[in-house]
Amino acid sequence: MRVLKFLLQKELRQIFRDKAIIRVLFIMPMIQLLILPLAADYEIKNINLGVVDHDHSEYSRKLVNKIISSGYFRLKDYSPSFEQGLHAIEKDKTDLILEIPAKFERDLVKENEATLLVAVNAINGVKAGLGGAYIQGIIQGYNQDVRMQWIQFPRINPQPTIEVTFSDWFNPNMNYRVFMVPGILVMLVTIIGSSFASNNIVREKEMGTIEQINVSPIKKWQFILGKLIPFWMLALVVLTIGFTIARVVYGIVPLGHYITIYIFASIYLLAILGLGLLLSTYAQTQQQSMLVSFFLTMIFNLLSGLFTPIESMPAWAQMITKFNPVSYFIEVMRMVVLKGSGLSDIRYHILAMLGFAIFFNSWAILNYRKRSG
Amino acid sequence: MENSNKNNSVTNSSPIKDGSKVITAKELTKRFGDFTAVDKISFEVEKGEIFGFLGANGAGKTTAMRMLCGLSMPTSGSATVAGYDVYNQNELIKKNIGYMSQKFSLYEDLTIRENIKLYAGIYGLSDARIKEKTAQLLEELHMQGEEKTLVRALPLGWKQKLAFSIAIVHDPAIVFLDEPTGGVDPITRREFWTLIYQASEKGITVFVTTHYMDEAEYCNRVSIMVDGRMDALDSPANLMKTYSAKSMDDVFLQLARKAVRVE
Repeated sequence: MRVLKFLLQKELRQIFRDKAIIRVLFIMPMIQLLILPLAADYEIKNINLGVVDHDHSEYSRKLVNKIISSGYFRLKDYSPSFEQGLHAIEKDKTDLILEIPAKFERDLVKENEATLLVAVNAINGVKAGLGGAYIQGIIQGYNQDVRMQWIQFPRINPQPTIEVTFSDWFNPNMNYRVFMVPGILVMLVTIIGSSFASNNIVREKEMGTIEQINVSPIKKWQFILGKLIPFWMLALVVLTIGFTIARVVYGIVPLGHYITIYIFASIYLLAILGLGLLLSTYAQTQQQSMLVSFFLTMIFNLLSGLFTPIESMPAWAQMITKFNPVSYFIEVMRMVVLKGSGLSDIRYHILAMLGFAIFFNSWAILNYRKRSG
Repeated sequence: MENSNKNNSVTNSSPIKDGSKVITAKELTKRFGDFTAVDKISFEVEKGEIFGFLGANGAGKTTAMRMLCGLSMPTSGSATVAGYDVYNQNELIKKNIGYMSQKFSLYEDLTIRENIKLYAGIYGLSDARIKEKTAQLLEELHMQGEEKTLVRALPLGWKQKLAFSIAIVHDPAIVFLDEPTGGVDPITRREFWTLIYQASEKGITVFVTTHYMDEAEYCNRVSIMVDGRMDALDSPANLMKTYSAKSMDDVFLQLARKAVRVE
């Protein structure tokens, strides 16, 4: 234990002496937490709309106005012909064309029926899909407005309508940030955990200082713990800063207990740091360890359920997420922050994470060689 | 670890008695694939000796030394260091040796005092002993007042002397020095050898590799490695006699010219 004390002392001194690392450790999470939740969300806004209006009637103007005032669309192009409208799409000026045929108003009034054409640029699939759906919804609403205006509904509605009432549980205002901020926090501590510790060991390899350690009677577990504990503490500090920002800036206060999150986070960090340490026992240069940990964290984050729901992934990908520690933490975060889950609700997550922690750390200790072959 | 805390000097645990062999190597060999870096070397080093390990670049000196220190696994042959077997008692060997690698390997971002404290702590010295040792070491190195200087800021000669002093901070039975004076000016080299003699007087066996033939003459015995083999082993005076050479330089050139291996 005494040896460990000396190692920890050394490690903490080195970390706090490296001003660049400290800056990265504390400023990076703050900036990310302040920018990402405000900028990156699922909602598609600012869809550039091109209108080809052959009708120039009151009805067509009303329709366009309704679309623009929805807030999702920006009128970027107003072309006299479809060809010219298409040209605007080709030049990336617009994402979507709404073509209103020449006899739109007349047909609508006379025939009770009119057709519209919506052409979508599907290069960005999400934007195209959602944009198309939004505009369809708005047109349907417009349709209702017209009906209301024209027809006095009889006592008994000839067309039965089913009205759906939504009740959004756990996140009643559908506040996107409440959903996103905890996830981004997970991403942050994951990046810190997986790359800082592994780079640290590999740096000792590059500098040659590990040789002096390897020729001493230090035990392997002492060395690994000496690396693990400081970064474990740092990551918990960063998590705390993150929660403070979430509370002060976004007003996010977990419904459950902070202690539940910290208990899980402590185990989670052991697992992630273990993975980082494992990488470092294989990597010879910081470049190698950076590349591999970058690759892994990217996959982990994209398959974590942070950006896309795990439930809508294909079955094989859902299997992969079972082996992804990040997805457990994202889920736990949302359960505790939004639903107020307690320790007993996340017991399986804790067990799984303990498994990860033991697995990665034992492998790291086994693979760390004080003597080369 | 806890056991060695009680002893201020870990040397106590070594089973080596005075006048006996602290290092024995028998047909010690290291191969990397087809390449034989160290080819069946056999030798013995006595307690308290200053044993010089000479050879051109790539002759296999460092590889041989790394095997003895438990940093590299031998391919075949046998060796004991401080009475322990290099194959399966390598962690016990590590308690009883000091090592200074060719590449400077103290922590550059720690101060002189912090480096001393770290290694003294790793080898299980008590707090009181660490304090005592630090003061003694700073005095010997004439570095009083510099203890809060980052090692990074020191001139190479100082770094090397500090590295040596830290390598023997736990009073090991043997200290292995891999080209300790490479790139160091002649005055500092002299001072360095004074430190080596002081260590030797304290009973520490010194195993040192070098390129400098004047340094070879400071050794009690020297061995000369050529292409992984040990081609000569004797006192400098006897070697000069055997090869009817005027200087160690001459002896070395006669032997090293036979080398076919280039670095």
